[in-house]
Amino acid sequence: MSARQKPRAGAGAGPDEPPRRVLLDPGSERTPALRARLPRPERLAGLRVGLLDIAKARGDRFLDRLEELLAERGAEVIRFRKPTFTKPAPDAVLQQIAVRCDAVVEALAD
Amino acid sequence: MSATRPALPSGLVAFVKRECPTCELVAPVLAELARVHALTIYSQDDPRFPDGVPGVFDDRSLEQSWHHRIEIVPTLLRVEAGVERERAQGWQREEWEALAGVRGLGAGLPGWRPGCGSLAVDPARAPELAVRYGASRLRARRIELAPLEDEIEALFERGFTDGLPVVPPTERRVLAMLEGTRRDPQQIVAVVPPDLVPCTVEKVAINAVMAGCLPEQLPVVLAALEAACTDAFNIHGVLATTMPVGPVLIVNGPIRRELGMGSGRNVFGQGNRANLAIGRALQLVIRNVGGGRPGEVDRATHGNPGKLSFCFAEDEEGSPWEPLPVSLGAPPGADCVTLFAGEGPRCIVDQQSRSPESLARSFAANLRTLHHPKSVLAFDCILAVGPEHARLFREAGWSREKLAGRLHELLQIPGDELVCGAGGIEAGMPESVAAKTLPKFRPGGILIVHCGGRAGLFSAMIGGWANGAMGSQPVWKEIER
Repeated sequence: MSARQKPRAGAGAGPDEPPRRVLLDPGSERTPALRARLPRPERLAGLRVGLLDIAKARGDRFLDRLEELLAERGAEVIRFRKPTFTKPAPDAVLQQIAVRCDAVVEALAD
Repeated sequence: MSATRPALPSGLVAFVKRECPTCELVAPVLAELARVHALTIYSQDDPRFPDGVPGVFDDRSLEQSWHHRIEIVPTLLRVEAGVERERAQGWQREEWEALAGVRGLGAGLPGWRPGCGSLAVDPARAPELAVRYGASRLRARRIELAPLEDEIEALFERGFTDGLPVVPPTERRVLAMLEGTRRDPQQIVAVVPPDLVPCTVEKVAINAVMAGCLPEQLPVVLAALEAACTDAFNIHGVLATTMPVGPVLIVNGPIRRELGMGSGRNVFGQGNRANLAIGRALQLVIRNVGGGRPGEVDRATHGNPGKLSFCFAEDEEGSPWEPLPVSLGAPPGADCVTLFAGEGPRCIVDQQSRSPESLARSFAANLRTLHHPKSVLAFDCILAVGPEHARLFREAGWSREKLAGRLHELLQIPGDELVCGAGGIEAGMPESVAAKTLPKFRPGGILIVHCGGRAGLFSAMIGGWANGAMGSQPVWKEIER
């Protein structure tokens, strides 16, 4: 058995420098993209507004009333629904909203 | 110093060290081979050894020895165009002759002598060598701490902990953790919610180090992460819900014993490193890689202490029934981890029943109250039957299916007890169910496991979360070793 090696100072450490201490990042290392908000729509008339029901109880009632109010103001309302509130919206739903709507309202919670 | 694997010269290549008596013994053989072959010798401790033989390279850095995984000296390799074709370890005349294509080697030497340990695998040096030559396998961003920074506090400040200190994930510790799996560090294990981040084996290993895992526990963490990130288990919803649930891990198979996992006394409690570290590692991956942090996507109203870690093994040896995952379709004898979205455990006390029917009724009466006595069909549960209770079912020959079936019968609830206003409680179901009878649980909604200490006429129940395809379903996964 060889003699034990002395603990090695971290690479780059000079004789008088403390050893470098390096940890590995346990996170995703993602840099979230910051996007500016779209400007607020100037008028509702002619606006295509998506209403997303996430399938929580009574979300539909809230959105029904919203649809009435938006329609009175001349907005075109398009309804969407997630299959379950427990999972993220399917890609197809998100794509439809992105393509067909100028704005979207999501009804969260019961 | 090189982090990439250096090529070997073609011809014969030997690894030796002077302090190995077998290497001393075969020094004349190496001299013989050098006369007839292109022979390259890497000497691990003394570049003048073997004395007088040409072609000796200084490998005191152990770079060649480490990269080519030399475990024994002497090792003789036959190399063609940089590719190792044959390897002989220690001295065995016929083996060396065949490898070198030379007859009559080492006349006068004994026919066989075992070698010595290579310095590249010396326990005093191996971890250091792994960092020096193997760290380039690691792709994670390096976080260099300032001289006055405390490493434990630094991890708190960067938001990487679950509220308790974590083991600092150094290159050395992470490389050691990766020895626990054959999988490539850069292989993607799962796409982790809520941020839907592709997560590598390396990132799991980093978080497993932080959780306090040992390398041999890593395969369980990898399997648990795969199970958690399925659409069926739906860790996104389990994390995001306001309900107090988190992943509950149940481990089955021979690996439980090898890891010393707890399935007996205090099975849900403190004290067993494997149980606690494995469950914690999964949650740290969800937090750090997936971005699932309390107060952000995690919207739990109360949460529960098991969200730090809730992992245990089933007591298969003392069980009247087959292992839980077998009842769910897993092959018998397989190492498995089963995930259930569960809240904290609640004790069921019955110290007087002496018949399985009476005890089943006790279970049913308790299970009726799960989440709300008027709640039906919405939630699954784990029924953790303690050994002293299980004895009654074993002695009466009740299978798991029979117990589950009897509970299902006992938990048929008259609708008039479920409707709004019944019992003076406003909460409940619509009046339309008043004339119906509804079961508390869906078929298969009670997962019966056997665990707990051998003394105590107790069992436990662990309530679930929104069940079925609309919520979370129990998911078992084989553990790949």
